[in-house]
Amino acid sequence: MMRLPWFGFHAPRTVAEAAKILADEGPQAMLIAGGTDLVPNMKRRHQSPQTLVSLRRVEELKTITNGSGLKLGAGLSLTEVIQSDKVRAAYTGLYQAAAQVATVHLRNMGTLGGNLCLDTRCTYLNQNYEWRKAIDFCMKKDGDICWVATASKRCLAVSSTDTAPALISLGAKVKLVSTQGEREVLLADLYNNDGIDYIVRRPDEVLTEISLPDPAGWKSAYWKLRRRGAFDFPVLGVAAAIKFAPDGTVEAARIALGAVSSRPLATKAGESLIGKKLTDETIAAAGAKAQNVAKPMDNTDLDIYWRKDVVSSFVGYALRELRGDDMRDTRMRIARVAL
Amino acid sequence: MNAPDKLKPRTRFDTVGKPRRRVDGRAKVTGLTRFADDIVLPRMVHCKLLRSPHPHAVIESIDCSKAKTFPGVHLVLTGKDFPVSFGILPVTQDEYALANERVRYVGDPVAAVIAKDEQSADAALGLIEVKYRLLNTVASAEEALANPEPRIHDYGEQGNIHRLQAFEFGDVEEALKGSDHVFEDLFFFEGNTHLPLEQHASVAAPDGEGKLTLWSSTQVPHYIHRALSRALRIPAAHIRVIACPNGGGFGGKCDLHNHEIVVSRASMILGRPVKVCLTREEVFYMHRGRHPVLMKMRTGVTRDGKLTGMHLQTLLDGGGYGSYGVASTFYTGALQTVTYELPRYKFDACRTFTNKPPCGPKRGHGTPQPRFGQEVQLDKIAEKLGFDPAEMRLNMAAKPDSLTANWLKIGSIGLEECIRQVVDHSDWKKKRAQLPPGRGLGIACGSYLCGAGLPIYWNKMPQSGVQILADRSGQVTVFCGATEIGQGSDDMLAAFVAEVLGIDAFDVRLVTGDTGLTPVDLGSYSSRVTVMMGHAAIQAAERLREMIADAAAMELEVSPERLVMAQGRVFLAEDPSKGMTFAEAVVFAETKYGTLGTVGSYSPPRGPGRFKGAGVGPSPAYSYTAVVVEAEVDQNTGWIHVPRIWVAHDIGRAVNPVLARGQVEGSIYMGLGEALMEEQIFRRLPPKMSHALVHKFPSMLEYKSLTSLDMPEVFTYLVEDPDPNCPFGAKEVGQGPLLPVMPAVANAVYDAVGVRIDEVPITPDKVLRALERKAKGETPRVGPDHFPSVPYPTPIYVKTPWEGGDGNETKSVDRKHGVAA
Amino acid sequence: MQAMQQVHLKLKVNGEEAEVSFAPYKTLLEVLREDMFLTGTKHGCELGECGACAVLVDGQPLLACLELAVECEGRAIETVEGLATGSELHPLQAAFADLGGAQCGYCTPGILMTAKALLEKEPDPSRERIREAVSGNLCRCTGYQQIYESIEEGARRMREEA
Repeated sequence: MMRLPWFGFHAPRTVAEAAKILADEGPQAMLIAGGTDLVPNMKRRHQSPQTLVSLRRVEELKTITNGSGLKLGAGLSLTEVIQSDKVRAAYTGLYQAAAQVATVHLRNMGTLGGNLCLDTRCTYLNQNYEWRKAIDFCMKKDGDICWVATASKRCLAVSSTDTAPALISLGAKVKLVSTQGEREVLLADLYNNDGIDYIVRRPDEVLTEISLPDPAGWKSAYWKLRRRGAFDFPVLGVAAAIKFAPDGTVEAARIALGAVSSRPLATKAGESLIGKKLTDETIAAAGAKAQNVAKPMDNTDLDIYWRKDVVSSFVGYALRELRGDDMRDTRMRIARVAL
Repeated sequence: MNAPDKLKPRTRFDTVGKPRRRVDGRAKVTGLTRFADDIVLPRMVHCKLLRSPHPHAVIESIDCSKAKTFPGVHLVLTGKDFPVSFGILPVTQDEYALANERVRYVGDPVAAVIAKDEQSADAALGLIEVKYRLLNTVASAEEALANPEPRIHDYGEQGNIHRLQAFEFGDVEEALKGSDHVFEDLFFFEGNTHLPLEQHASVAAPDGEGKLTLWSSTQVPHYIHRALSRALRIPAAHIRVIACPNGGGFGGKCDLHNHEIVVSRASMILGRPVKVCLTREEVFYMHRGRHPVLMKMRTGVTRDGKLTGMHLQTLLDGGGYGSYGVASTFYTGALQTVTYELPRYKFDACRTFTNKPPCGPKRGHGTPQPRFGQEVQLDKIAEKLGFDPAEMRLNMAAKPDSLTANWLKIGSIGLEECIRQVVDHSDWKKKRAQLPPGRGLGIACGSYLCGAGLPIYWNKMPQSGVQILADRSGQVTVFCGATEIGQGSDDMLAAFVAEVLGIDAFDVRLVTGDTGLTPVDLGSYSSRVTVMMGHAAIQAAERLREMIADAAAMELEVSPERLVMAQGRVFLAEDPSKGMTFAEAVVFAETKYGTLGTVGSYSPPRGPGRFKGAGVGPSPAYSYTAVVVEAEVDQNTGWIHVPRIWVAHDIGRAVNPVLARGQVEGSIYMGLGEALMEEQIFRRLPPKMSHALVHKFPSMLEYKSLTSLDMPEVFTYLVEDPDPNCPFGAKEVGQGPLLPVMPAVANAVYDAVGVRIDEVPITPDKVLRALERKAKGETPRVGPDHFPSVPYPTPIYVKTPWEGGDGNETKSVDRKHGVAA
Repeated sequence: MQAMQQVHLKLKVNGEEAEVSFAPYKTLLEVLREDMFLTGTKHGCELGECGACAVLVDGQPLLACLELAVECEGRAIETVEGLATGSELHPLQAAFADLGGAQCGYCTPGILMTAKALLEKEPDPSRERIREAVSGNLCRCTGYQQIYESIEEGARRMREEA
């Protein structure tokens, strides 16, 4: 059996209490929500926090607040997010992303906030300690080189969250709370393109809430590429959100990519659609733009060149679904579930 | 000895052939089935192994002093404590429980800590200091050929070639010259692993007399018993091996494993129980799975679609040790003749050592790789000759009660019926080559052993033994060394005995897989259990039945031939009201004969081949399978979707149709995983910076096993044509149905988009690359492009049965005429 | 390593409350198997990659290998040992035993618990829903079809009993 290292354990009831513990304990303390990312990583000794601060009992993180938009507590399980009718109807891309995270069991455990904070992943890193020792470790943990590209000065571990690209395309913001106060940042700005320093959340901050803007006029979709219909992290995620004029003209468009960079990649591919209608030509052009900026690395499942080659097709799937094409058969072949 | 002659073939059955709850079903659904890691014993301590972080190195020194004094540590062991080498085959005793002076792959065990708990043992492992001197590494079979030095082992053929074999049955070059067409193809089958859901675990404990008991996740307790005795230098009489029900085996629990020896020795030293349970990563290192095999296949055909001859060359990547590799090497060729009529056959094989976990037997043992090659090549042949691939196969199917070119004796063959079934049900004739672009159907067939003809060590003793005890309570207890690995071994045993004695299968008590209590059965491998154990069980039960019938007949004052035993009663055939309960009859039998016990045993008939190497391939019977796969392939991405599979399997007779179907569908599952995504692959780092050669992803997440969502709808048809050499006619079903899946997928992809993927797994990137080649007007194929020079020896030449052969090797051959000078 | 103190708490497993003390780093899986001797719950990877250790916590299927035992106080835990009523099998168990839903039996406890949670919410699920519900439970033996059939039959028997 793989064992966790020793840690001290706190189970605060409020965000303020959690923030206080984080402030008192310093960076050796870590938050745990669903534990589906942190616990395996701790078993593999990627992280060995002195203290775990559990957010499970913090009820204020589990609320859904309706307004002109929607505010989602970071502590909602992914299952709870999927079950929200409002999410399903008005923020379809988020629904489709959350519904494709890992497995039923892991969605029951894992939280929305946790998926946004998901540690970056790499096939040279997400291995047991003994395996990592056999490659003399890597710069993200216990070593000083990036084996993905040995000349790289930075860690190339891959952002593997499904919900972040979807929420970025939807224009979401997140709230970060510490004993110093709270701040709200655009989700797109939460991430750095660095496999180690991948998130701007400070160790003393709690990510408490995700705010979604008014969905009026917007449609969204998320397409995920992975080998199997369950378990697997994305090797490509395509999130697209478009605001349509009543005649179908694109007024605003955001296309974000997952798993092709150390952060969720907010592309400019959507800009080419503005003022136009979604035709096969404009869709292909947007797909080509997105494919250009995607930079898959050789540290996930599936062939690196192929993963780049199919970006345009996947952007096409998302945009055609938004155009209203019947994509159910394609969706079934790719996702293996109806979404 | 086979079943008694006076046994008339049965025409009606009470238990056999009926869908039933398996006898161990209740334990499996209540959590009561006790797998090895579920065993907890008083005073039990825990073992963890330190494994090599280097793929190839000499151990210069090991310092365990800090580990020994770590709190909670009871014992630290190293290679010095295990001076005797071991290996599952007598010819390859090349492993050490803990490395003696050399490590040969990342994960090779080097030291062991036994401590009060796993946590302390783990911590102490980190305190062991090992100094290694690194050696150059070999990462593939081709590298092994190109780099004879440093040698990974100091035995074998030469350099890093472990084994070379060559056979020729009739003059193949002559046959090819006389053919209307000769097809030459290269194929590659990537290695993959068993991935049983249960991680290997073992508990060793001294009993009250100080003798050793080992409970283990093993498919072969008898072989473990023998090998353990040798490795520990303890008399076999002082060792008892108990095979726990396996949480999946698939061939991965057929070797004696390092950890089994380590905990056994540790428990004898400490005088208390010692447990080990491997992590999933360690299970990947134990491996013994499918060999990566490069193949070159030259096949001659006539213009009317008959095979004339085949020359098959294989090159195997064996990993760091022998394991079952010598047998695997034979099997990459031995069964190539069983599916279709093949007048002449030549087969060269080479197994190499590489610095990776050792390969061994996985479901289909050595035969899926050449089966893939042949079935894809047949698809190409059919296209070139303008035949329907299914019709062409029907036209060349092997014939019942025949001999093959390499002297295998075939009994019943249900292949033609299997082909007809899948063709009909899949609507093949309307769909093949007629579906819209991007959709296609592919067909492939296969055949497999019903038990290997010879045991892995030379002897003429029975390969399966069954003992039955019955007493005045009416209780029937059956003892057999066979091992339940999920396939239904226990259920088969109960069913055979229950059928003969006319009692309910649930009323049979079973004691299985325990070398201290049960007669030897060689274990759950080579699809041997139903046939071999079945024969032994029927013989033992018939002998008991005879005694019970005799005694009951005397009581009823009739002759025993007039009695029927069924539904828990013994009664007169013509007047069922006249009789008694089974338990009453046992009382009369015990009164008449004294304590009731019978035995049965089975040794398969010797194959007709007499040449050296003829021992691999013979079997009491062969099963046959046909598979049709439907595939949808996206022309822009190469993405492959398999919505439906039809499979027909010639099983002879299904003893429990529920289990038989489960074996077929499980085989389709595993075969489709191998076809599309399962691969055990390795990674080197830039050689100037690192010596590493590691398993790319030893984890359940990245070794891709199909989820329920990835599994197509499977339509299963059991073809029942009882085989006279099998118990109640029942043939194997656990392995054969896997074989055609991979080539049927490849052929379906071709039918869908017109590209050939001549290697496994068939992934979307390969399909897209082939589609790009097609678009450019190049050969629309992805697969190996060369076959290296291999120093195959002069083949053992054997004349075929129809060219005047007698099964012996023919020395000194006049090639021009294909006859001995 | 700091203060290596055991935690001591009450766990409610299969309706029975038990006082257990264990190291705080232990997962629910370790506590069930090693401290409560409920070895019916299996493990295949201990990293959340196979589903073998699925149990119900407050009626929801989740993975015992990733659930910290310290977080489980006051929550209703159900394992395979609690499925049968006395010696009478739960309809799902009976169906799995009858219809080939269990081959080696190693993934079976996790799948049974997952299926139970599904049927409590949806007494008559479609084949598609069943496929989705067990997609986080790997089975290497069956190819899943007999598992679906067992769940469908179990559901039918449960509806009849209800």
